Amino acid sequence: MNTMSTSPLILAVVLPLIAAVTQILLTGHSRAQRAATVVFSALVMATGVWLLLAVRGGGPLFVDFGGWDAPVGIRFQADMLSAVMVAVTGLIAFCGAVHSFAEVPHGQERRGFHSLFFFLIFGVTGAFLTADLFNLYVWFEVMLLASFVLLALGGGRKAIEGAVKYVTLNIAASLVFLVGIGVVYGSLGTLNFEDIAQRIAAGGGEGGAGVRAAAVLLMLAFGVKAGLFPLYAWLPSSYHTPSHTVSAVFAGLLTKVGVYSLFRVMGTAFASEADFLMPLLFWVSLLTMVIGGVGAACQVHTRRILSFHIISQIGYMTFALSLGTVEALAAGIFFVIFNIFAKTNLFFAASVIDRIGGGENLKHTGGLYRTAPWLSVLFLISALGLAGIPPLSGFWGKFALIRETLVLGHGFGAFVLLATGMITLFSMTKIWAEAFWKEPPEGEAIEKRPVGPAHVVPMVVLAAGTVVLGLYPEPFFEIFRTAAEQILQTPTMP
Amino acid sequence: MEIFLSLVTGFLFACGAYMLLRRSFTRLLIGILFLSQAANLAILTLAGLGDGTSGIVPYGETTLEAGHPDPLPQALVLTAIVIGFGVFAFALILLKRAYHKLNTDDLDALESTDR
Repeated sequence: MNTMSTSPLILAVVLPLIAAVTQILLTGHSRAQRAATVVFSALVMATGVWLLLAVRGGGPLFVDFGGWDAPVGIRFQADMLSAVMVAVTGLIAFCGAVHSFAEVPHGQERRGFHSLFFFLIFGVTGAFLTADLFNLYVWFEVMLLASFVLLALGGGRKAIEGAVKYVTLNIAASLVFLVGIGVVYGSLGTLNFEDIAQRIAAGGGEGGAGVRAAAVLLMLAFGVKAGLFPLYAWLPSSYHTPSHTVSAVFAGLLTKVGVYSLFRVMGTAFASEADFLMPLLFWVSLLTMVIGGVGAACQVHTRRILSFHIISQIGYMTFALSLGTVEALAAGIFFVIFNIFAKTNLFFAASVIDRIGGGENLKHTGGLYRTAPWLSVLFLISALGLAGIPPLSGFWGKFALIRETLVLGHGFGAFVLLATGMITLFSMTKIWAEAFWKEPPEGEAIEKRPVGPAHVVPMVVLAAGTVVLGLYPEPFFEIFRTAAEQILQTPTMP
Repeated sequence: MEIFLSLVTGFLFACGAYMLLRRSFTRLLIGILFLSQAANLAILTLAGLGDGTSGIVPYGETTLEAGHPDPLPQALVLTAIVIGFGVFAFALILLKRAYHKLNTDDLDALESTDR
C-alpha cells in the first residue's frame, strides 16, 4: 500500500494533535487562537471528507504504525463507518469552533479551551479509526480527560458538581473496560477486532466462558459511555453545566463514540455472542428509549430536556444493532449521523434561547416566535426531524428502522419505537410552546444579550445538513448500507 | 502465584467497590485508586505470569524461549498505569476543588444538578 493512498487516514489521526499543540503554543493570543481554531477545524473537516471519498472509492484503508503488523502491532483502519464518523466529527468540530467565539468566555480561552477542544477531537477521531481494543481504551481516555477538563473549566458550583459525577462514573466505566480487555487478551491472546472474531471462529464459533465474560464487561463499559438505561445517570446531571459550546459538542459526539464502539465491538469482534447479548440489548434499548423520553417530558430546563433526549435517541441506535441485520444497522447509522446534526443544533438553539428568550428555565421564557422567527425555523427543522416528521431526515431513519423491525416480526418493538416518537414530539412541543409561542411571563423583563453570526452560522450549516439528509436520503443510505455490511460480515484479515 | 494474585485482585476489587460506594470524597478517591490497581493486576494475571523470568529476548537471539511470560500484557499494564495515574491526579484536584467550592465532602449533598 503506497503512502499516498493512506495519507488521509494518517492525517485524520495526526491533524487534531497538531492543532492541539499549536493551540498550546498560541496561549495568550486570543485572536490568533481563534483564527487557528477555525482553520484547523476546517482542515479536520476537509480531511474527514477526503478520507470518506478515499474509502468510498478504494475500499477500507489501514495503516500499521510502529513497524509491527497487525494483530501484534496497532492497526488504524478506516472502513466506511469510521470514515463517515470522522467526516461528521470534522463538521461538528467546525461548527463548535465557530460557536465558541460567542459562547466561551475569555477566562476559559486563557485556561486552554482551544487546545482542550482539539484534544477532545483527537480522542474522538482516534477512537473511530483504531482497530485495536486496547488502543480504543487509550483513545477513550484521551477523549475523557479532555472532556473532564472542559466540563470543569467554567469553575462554577454547578460545573464542578456536574464534573464530579461525570468523572466518577466514567472512570468506573473505564476500569470495567480495562478488565474486559484483560479478559479478552487472557482468553484469546489478541486485541485486534478482526483477529478476535477470527480466533473465536477458529475455535469452533464458541468463545467459551472467557469470551462471554469479556463481551459482557465490554457491553457494560460501552453502555455507560453511550448512556444506556440504567447506566446513564452521569449524562443528564452534567451536560447542562458547562458552556453552551461544550454542551453542544459533547451532545453531538461523546455518547456516539460509545454507540460506535458497541457497533464495532459487538457487530464485528464479538458477533459470536450475539445470541446471548442481543436479546439483552433489545430490551435495554427499548427501556432506554422510553425512560429517556419520559425523563425529558418532566423537565423544565432546556438543556436538561435535550440531555434526556440524547438518552432516548441512543436507544434507537442500539436497538438497530440488536436487530442484527444489514438494513437495521444501516438505519441505525443513519440515525447516528442525523442525531449528531440535530442534537448539536438543538443545543446551539438552546444557547440562543438562553440569550434572547429569557434563560434556560422554560417557566421564565417566552415570545421567541415573535421576536426571533429565524430561530423558530431553525429550531423546528431539528426538533421535528428528531420526532420523525416527514420529509425531515429523522423520518427516514425511523421509517427504515420500524420497517425492518416489522419485517423481523418484533411488533412490540415497533410499537415502542412509535410511542417514543410521540413522547419525543411532546417534549419538543413543550420547548416550542414555552419558549416560542407563549407570551413572556408578566412582570418579568427578559434580559437580552447579543446574538451574533457565530451563533447563526453553525446552526444554518447543521440545519442545511439535516434538510439535505432528509430530501436526498438515498445516496446516504447507500453509504450506510455499505458501512453496515462491512461491520457485519465475517472478517478475513489480509 | 496466579491463584495468590487472583485473590489479591479480588480483594482489591472488593475494597475498591466498597470505598467507591461510601459517601465521602476521600473514600471515593481511594476507591478509584484501588479499582485501577485491581484492573491492572487483573490484566497481568489473566494473561498468565509465566515462569517468573523477564520477557526480554536474550542478546544474539531473535525469539523468546518457551515458558517466558508474554511481554505484551506488561506493555498494556504499563500504559494503563500511566493513564490511571493521570486520571487519578485529575480526580484528586477536581475533588479538592469541589470540596472548597461546595463546602462539603458528602457525595449525597451534590444534588443541585439533578433537580
